[in-house]
Amino acid sequence: MSDITLVQAVNLALARAMQDDARVVVLGEDVGADGGVFRATDGLLKRFGAERVLDTPLAEAVIAGLSVGLAAQGFRPVAEIQFTGFVYPAIDQLANHASRLRTRTRGRLTCPMVLRSPCGGGIHAPEHHSESPEAMFAHIPGLRMVIPSSPKRAYGLLLAAIRNPDPVVFFEPTRLYRASREEVTDDGVAAPLDRCFVVRDGTEVTLIAWGAMVKEALEAADALARDGVSAEVIDVATLKPLDEETILASIKKTGRAVIVHEAPLTGGFGGEIAARIAEHALLSLLAPIERVAGYDAVIPLPRLEQHYFPNAARISDAARRAMAYA
Amino acid sequence: MTETVAQFSVTYTRCLDPKGAPVLPLPDFAKDTAVVTALYRALVRTRACDAKAIALQRTGRLGTYASSIGQEAVSVGCASAMRPEDVLLPSFREHGAQLLRGVTPLELFLYWGGDERGNVFAGPREDFPNCVPVGSHAPHAVGVALAFKLRREPRVAVCIFGDGATSKGDVAEALNIAGVWRLPAVFVVSNNQWAISVPRARQTTAETLAQKAIAAGLPGEQVDGNDVIAVRAIVGAAIDRARRGEGPSLVEALTYRLGDHTTADDASRYREDAAVTPHWHEEPLLRLRQYLVGTGLWSKQDEDRLLHQTSVEIDAAAEAYLATSPQDPATIVDHTFAELPADLVRQRAAIVPGAPAAAA
Repeated sequence: MSDITLVQAVNLALARAMQDDARVVVLGEDVGADGGVFRATDGLLKRFGAERVLDTPLAEAVIAGLSVGLAAQGFRPVAEIQFTGFVYPAIDQLANHASRLRTRTRGRLTCPMVLRSPCGGGIHAPEHHSESPEAMFAHIPGLRMVIPSSPKRAYGLLLAAIRNPDPVVFFEPTRLYRASREEVTDDGVAAPLDRCFVVRDGTEVTLIAWGAMVKEALEAADALARDGVSAEVIDVATLKPLDEETILASIKKTGRAVIVHEAPLTGGFGGEIAARIAEHALLSLLAPIERVAGYDAVIPLPRLEQHYFPNAARISDAARRAMAYA
Repeated sequence: MTETVAQFSVTYTRCLDPKGAPVLPLPDFAKDTAVVTALYRALVRTRACDAKAIALQRTGRLGTYASSIGQEAVSVGCASAMRPEDVLLPSFREHGAQLLRGVTPLELFLYWGGDERGNVFAGPREDFPNCVPVGSHAPHAVGVALAFKLRREPRVAVCIFGDGATSKGDVAEALNIAGVWRLPAVFVVSNNQWAISVPRARQTTAETLAQKAIAAGLPGEQVDGNDVIAVRAIVGAAIDRARRGEGPSLVEALTYRLGDHTTADDASRYREDAAVTPHWHEEPLLRLRQYLVGTGLWSKQDEDRLLHQTSVEIDAAAEAYLATSPQDPATIVDHTFAELPADLVRQRAAIVPGAPAAAA
């Protein structure tokens, strides 16, 4: 198996899911002949035909809404919203319908759909192309919120999301789409949802991140190691439902937590993780919880974006503050 | 150079005038006495159920309820034109269609009484539950119709929404994509002239709501929504076209909301009673009854028997509703996901201390 990028892994998982299950259909803007603006659906139209790879008009609400109808009818729609900046018209359908159909009908109708969207910044994209609204979706009961951090994880988690009997919002960090390559075996094996992954073992501080920030956290851990600080890194992967056990076990070991996300600080999902740690591991904490996040400001246009997003330096600074505290 | 590149017209169809006199040769189905009397029975049953729901609400035994009084012919006409295997996607005022498709009065009372089991639908298992966020179910009809088309099933998705919904992007997006994909869907506007307090004239300056379909490339036409025979004929023709693979349509059924928006509304704040009075002379039950009586198909005895049967059925449903045990509070979380994640297992235990997790 060759090394592939994250966007290729997404493509591989989509193809695999479509090959394994005739109920899987892919739909969205430019997903057909164009193969998606990031090429995540490249080649799928040719391989699976126009009845399973559907180019939609430019209409996000109906992309999400028709997926609800398809899913209720037993299909497994995988809808693409071109950028998370354009996902907001789809939130009505996710919050009012996709996430509630099972509860409202006591399981008579269900909604096994996936809504994929490239998220986050760092690729010098135009306005509205760099958002990280995952906390909004994590707040909606009945939705899963998943963000992969590597090609292998993208392949396994996307397969799991498509096979899941409930709606999943699946954000793909654009910055990681082609940032690195990893060996991915197209074995059709899904990665577990609802689980955090310890991606680096350490003993003195826990860096908790997801998506593109996992790479920054790993770089920070390298820098900290050079200073003799042992950092554990957790890839949250599924924000909701949250695997608090993995996080709490790590905090009980290290006593220090640095939570990292690209999204704005206030109301970000880091606050939820901090609350869980405070509720269940307060007495293990040796230092105040640190959050390294985007600012409570509009994401700047590309010339300033490198000053907005958390990076390895900011993360290691936060870890050093925690180390200095106790 | 300027030339006309497209021209459109919108038709309006009525079979019976407000006094129940035919103004058109009636469609074939209307020559079958059993069919027409069944339509009348469905209208009466819907109104009886509606009256019971309001009575239950007024006595504190039902939640906020949206009456369908005056609009029953749209609902009943649509459902009567559907096959059992078609799928209905209603707004929240289509009790008549739901009842005719096999949703029980008990389920209806349960839903409006605040119990999710009212959406379980022992009858039409694939029909969607009421859609409360206005117009947001039109995209679902697109998905359901796409499923039929992809599976090559001769089935039709029928989506009913109010005039208020035609102001929304959801409906515009749904009509548009349904046209592009030539889906087996029929969209029906039950135009009762009011979006709560905003009258039709303040919702859009378009001459008709039917023409919103034309902008999307779909056939759009009007029908007298208080004439159940006309509704069944026009919506039925649209359903037939959809079933034959000839694509989606929009039908605007003109009716009138005789009651308040819901039991929580007081329409006297924004409309004069005097404006409502003339519409009582056009309402659908009166119209069809006059037709039936006029043609000798319906007697006072038939009417009394029907009212009695209906009231026995609805009273029994109301009693069954009032006797229904409440759900276990743990069911608040039980249907959130197919399998409860750890967080919800913990939260479930907090709702009912000591309650075991639901079986997966």
